[in-house]
Parts: sequence; structure tokens; C-alpha cells
Amino acid sequence: MAELQLKSVEKMYGNGFKAVHGIDLDVKDGEFMVLVGPSGCAKSTTLRMIAGLETISGGEIRIGDKIINDLTPGKRGIAMVFQNYALYPHMKVRKNLSFGLKLKRKPKDEIEESTGEVSGILEIDELLDRLPKQLSGGQAQRVAVGRALIKSPEVFLFDEPLSNLDAKLRASMRVRITDLHKRLREEGRPATVIYVTHDQVEAMTMGDRICVMKDGHIMQVADPVTLYEKPANAFVAGFIGMPEMNLADAELSLDGGAKLTLAGQTITAPADLAARLNAAPGPVTMGIRPQHMTLTPDGEENAFSGTIHNIEFMGHEVNVHVTVGEASFIAVVPTSQFDLKLQRGDRVGLRPTGTQMHIFDKASGENVSLAQ
Amino acid sequence: MTAIPQISADTLANMEKQRRRARVSSTFRYSLLIIVGLIMVYPLVWMFGASFKTNAEIFSSPSFWPKEPTVQGYIDGWQTSTPYTFAKFFGNSMLIIIPKMIGTAISCTLVAYGFARFDFPFKKIIFSTVIATLLLPNVVTRIPQYLLFRDIGWLDSFLPLWVPSALAGDAFFVFMLIQFLRAIPRDMEEAARVDGANTLQTLIYIVVPMLMPALISVCLFQFMWTMNDFLGPLIYLSSVENYPISLALKLSIDTTEAFAWNQILAMSCLALAPSLFVFFMAQKYFIEGISTGGVKG
Ligand SMILES: Nc1ncnc2c1ncn2[C@@H]1O[C@H](COP(=O)(O)OP(=O)(O)OP(=O)(O)O)[C@@H](O)[C@H]1O
Ligand SMILES: [Mg+2]
Repeated sequence: MAELQLKSVEKMYGNGFKAVHGIDLDVKDGEFMVLVGPSGCAKSTTLRMIAGLETISGGEIRIGDKIINDLTPGKRGIAMVFQNYALYPHMKVRKNLSFGLKLKRKPKDEIEESTGEVSGILEIDELLDRLPKQLSGGQAQRVAVGRALIKSPEVFLFDEPLSNLDAKLRASMRVRITDLHKRLREEGRPATVIYVTHDQVEAMTMGDRICVMKDGHIMQVADPVTLYEKPANAFVAGFIGMPEMNLADAELSLDGGAKLTLAGQTITAPADLAARLNAAPGPVTMGIRPQHMTLTPDGEENAFSGTIHNIEFMGHEVNVHVTVGEASFIAVVPTSQFDLKLQRGDRVGLRPTGTQMHIFDKASGENVSLAQ
Repeated sequence: MTAIPQISADTLANMEKQRRRARVSSTFRYSLLIIVGLIMVYPLVWMFGASFKTNAEIFSSPSFWPKEPTVQGYIDGWQTSTPYTFAKFFGNSMLIIIPKMIGTAISCTLVAYGFARFDFPFKKIIFSTVIATLLLPNVVTRIPQYLLFRDIGWLDSFLPLWVPSALAGDAFFVFMLIQFLRAIPRDMEEAARVDGANTLQTLIYIVVPMLMPALISVCLFQFMWTMNDFLGPLIYLSSVENYPISLALKLSIDTTEAFAWNQILAMSCLALAPSLFVFFMAQKYFIEGISTGGVKG
């Protein structure tokens, strides 16, 4: 059993900078957990504390039922894939793969067998006798994954392993890694994975669950669907989703259904919102995804009236940027439903649809529209 | 046909002028370089030529080309005026150099690794001290060192020549290795630690191979400097049987007879040979090592 538990883990760097502020995280056995967040939010720091490459300033980390705070990296049962591969430059691929096993004094035939198996899985058999500098980025990345895989660790740690690859290769490596994870699970030796990225596409497509971080705090831990549909706060709402969720300051009133006032215009919110709300009337932040906004002719009921200030044609859909008073919104409209005569400066109505509107507390950013 | 922009005769003339000027300037530059270069190597060339002359001819003709080439200088010089042949002195030089080189490589690597990769109390002060010894003129420490080694009773042995270097006494090498290490990313070492290597294993299996170019330069420098060192052996070695080449050469000058210059020059040529040989053998790594940051991305 290799669950991973972080209990109020803190990190204070030598210069007095507090990078991690007491985070709690439970990763289940065999789970693929993605750590995501903007640059500098301490994803790498957290991962490196799990790996044992940084000391832990407070709290405890467990793998299985062992507290690993004071174990050396080699004794923690982890393997790590680094952003720039970190292959040993003077060793052939074969030796790179087997270095860890050699240190453990595994018998020679066992090492050979493992090397063969791993290089088969990752399709690097032909590269075994090359030096790292003779590999392409994608090949080097596969060797780096192989070097982790060969140790059959309890926990795999990845620190932005794909960020040095071009977009196409990144997409195929993404699939390869998730496939590998599924395959291990099916073979009955599930691997727990902690995967750091700042790319939300990677996060959404790869993770069983996603942990969104900001400034050394965890903002939300949830599966991709929950994260997308029920963001716990305005930060997560804004971070996950393309284009970003529209967030705007508005005035909430509750006489006869939820009503929102923005730039002097008041609309009645979609019917389900009032039932979900757990907020007092007053100033709030309202959030709605671009995909959940429709364009109407100007002046229709229950739509904010605004001015188009940009139109981005994306192929199968169109991103329409509309300003309402001070606030700026994006609506994503399927090309088939878009009136191609519209252009910059035209006035249109903007209507929230569906059941996907969110209200966030203005001060704390908490989502106050999640009550069942 | 597409229209080719017309180049006016004026521009053409201009280009021609520029080209001519560039040619003149490079001719001038290279001539100057060659002349200065020749001035610098001439003494060496002369020495090599003169080592084949008779003692009388050395002072009678300024040309470096021997009129009646002879290897008598080499034969007599090799025999020396002592009970030993020059082979003995070559052997002594190697006995001093090789342990010193190995000691330097090991100790300086350890110290540089410590400074470059670990944090420990008073690191800054200790590091400044090490660097300060770089700036200290060598002569200042000669006398205290001499007294120290005399009290220990190491005079007239190779120990005073070996031990300071084997304890990373050459701050320059430590400094050089630290600079080189700083340019190597730490990821590989971290990967090794995750792979289960302890500090020493990381050093031996990962750091040392990456440090190789720099280590080779360290060894080369140490080889040449020790080969050429005169003062050190002069101070600590008193019996002729321990003399390295640098002292042995002077030995021939000390003798009471008229100086046999052709022998001295012949042996000087031989004394140069090991350094030159080693340098040309390791030239590739040497250049790689002193231009720091020798790791490709
Ligand atoms: N050795 C250090 N000493 C002091 N502060 C550090 C150190 N390493 C990182 N930090 C700080 O800790 C914070 C978190 O850094 P970390 O590298 O974990 O961010 P990250 O989430 O991985 O960012 P990125 O996406 O850019 O890799 C940053 O503000 C950074 O400046
Ligand atoms: Mg990072």
C-alpha cells in the first residue's frame, strides 16, 4: 500500500521565505494526483520535500504507514522525473537506467531483465547504447521515465516533465504516461503518481484528482469534473478553463429569486441559482464560463447590454469580447449560431444560460453558490 | 527574368577599396604576430640547436644551427658529475610529481565539492580564508613552513612537497574546481540521490566524471608547475640523491670546472620533454577544462 499523506507540511527556506504554509493532502494508493498552479506557488518545493531533496520545516509526510520526514531520498521508495531529464551525461542509456539498481546491489541478470522490460515498454531498446547527448528531447524524456519506472517505486514524482517538449510531442507523451499508469494498474501493481505541471490541459486530462495551489496554499483538491463545475473559490474558477471564467463585481439581491445588478442593469439569474445560494444580498463576485453565455439582440430581457470590442474567430467557435460598463466578458459562441454580420462596436445582449453560474464572496473569494 | 538591383560603379569601387584595406590590415597583423612569436620562441630554438654544438662553438657563433652537430653534450650531461645518472633525477621528479598530482586531484575535488554543494556553519568565512591564501605571496609562508617541517623532522624527504598539496593546499585549484562545479546543474546529483546514492557515491559516480575536463587541467598544471619548481626542492632537499631535475640542472653549474654549457643545454632540452609531451597529449581536455562551464546543455 502506498498512499501518500501530507499533514500540515510547511517549508521555510534558509533566507526566511515561507514557501509552503501548512498543507494537507491525501493521495490514495494508485492515484494520479496532479499539482497545478501558477509559477512560484511552491509546486516544485512540495514535490521536492516529498522526494527528500528539500528538508521539511514542519508537519509530516507519510508513505504507506511510514513517516518519511528523515529518510534519505533513496530510502523513501520514490522515483522522480526531472524537468530537464537530468540524465547522467557520461553514462550510456543502459547504465542510466540501471544505475539505481546497481547501487542496490541487485544481481546482474535481474538488472538486465528489468532493463529489457522497461526499454520495451518505453520503446527505447534501440537507444540503449547511446549517450544522453545523442538523444532527442522526446527520447531523453522516455529514458528519464524509464529510469524512474525500473525501480518500481511506490510513488512516482514528476516535475513538469513535458515542458521542454514541443506541443505535438507533449500531447503524445501525455497519452503515453497516462497509458503507462493505467497499464500498471491493470497489471496489479498500481503506482501512485504526483505530477507537477502549470499546464491546465495536462492537469485536466491526466489527473484522477487535481490539487490546485496558490502561494503555498492548497485552494482545492478534486477530480477534474468537480473542479470545473464546482470550483471552491474564485481563484480555482479563474485558473481552470479556457478561456478563463468571466469574473465580475456585481450586486446581489434576493427579492423573488436571485437578481444581479451590474453597471446599473439588473437581470434575474438562472432559476437554479437561488436554491444553491448561501449568501447575504450585497456586493459579490459573479462568475460564469464563456461557454455558458449566449448573445442576444440588444435590449432583450435578462441579458446585460454591452458593446463588442473584439471578435476572435477560432474555427468551430467564436470568442466574442463584450464590455458591460467597467466589466469585460468573453462569450464563446458556436460558429453555426454566430451572426457573422456582427462587428466591433455593435451593441448586443449577453445572457447567462444553463445552471453554471457561480457567486463568490467578495472578500474571501469563497464560492457561496454550492449549497445543495 | 527578375530585375536584379543595379549596383552602381561607385559602390563596386567602394567594396573593392574595403576589401583591399582588409587584406592590408590582416597582412600587417599577421606579420606582427609572427615577428613577436619568433622573438618569443627564439631562445628555445637556440637552446635546442646549441645543445648539439660543442662547448667552444656555443660562444663563437650566434647562429642556432650547429656547424658540427654532436650528441656529446647529451652523453656527458646524462652521466653528470655525480655518482648518479640523469635517469635518477628524472625518477626523483616523477616521485615528487605523481603522488603530488594524485593528492591534489583527490583533495581539491573533495574540498571544492564541499564548498560548491553544501551549506555548513561559517562557510563564508572559511571560503574567504581559502581564497585569501590565493592572494598571499608564496614566499611569506616559506619560512614558517620550513620551521614546521623541520620540527616534524621531514627535511630532506619528499613529504614537505607532497603533504601540503595532498591537503588541498593549492587554493587556486580549489577555486578553479568550484567555478567549474557551479556551472554544472545540480539535477544530475539530485537524480543520483533519488536513485539511492549516498554523498560519496554521488561524488564518485556522478560528479567526478562530469568534472573530468577540469580535473585533467588541474593535474596538468600541477605537473608542469612541480616539474618547474625550483625553490621548493631547493629548500627542503639537501642530499643529491633526492634531487629532482630542476635542482640537478643547477648542479652542473655549481661544479668548480668551467661550465659545460652544452651539457646543461642538452639536459634542459630533455627536462622540457615531459611537460611538452604531457601537454600535447592532454591538450584537448586541457583547453576544455580551463574554459569553464564545459557542460553542454
Ligand atoms: N532555495 C530557495 N530559497 C528561497 N526561496 C526559494 C528557493 N526555492 C524556491 N523559492 C521560492 O519558493 C517559492 C516556490 O518556488 P517553487 O519552485 O516551488 O515554485 P513552482 O510552483 O515550482 O513554480 P514554477 O511553476 O515556476 O516551477 C517561490 O516564490 C520561490 O521564489
Ligand atoms: Mg517548479
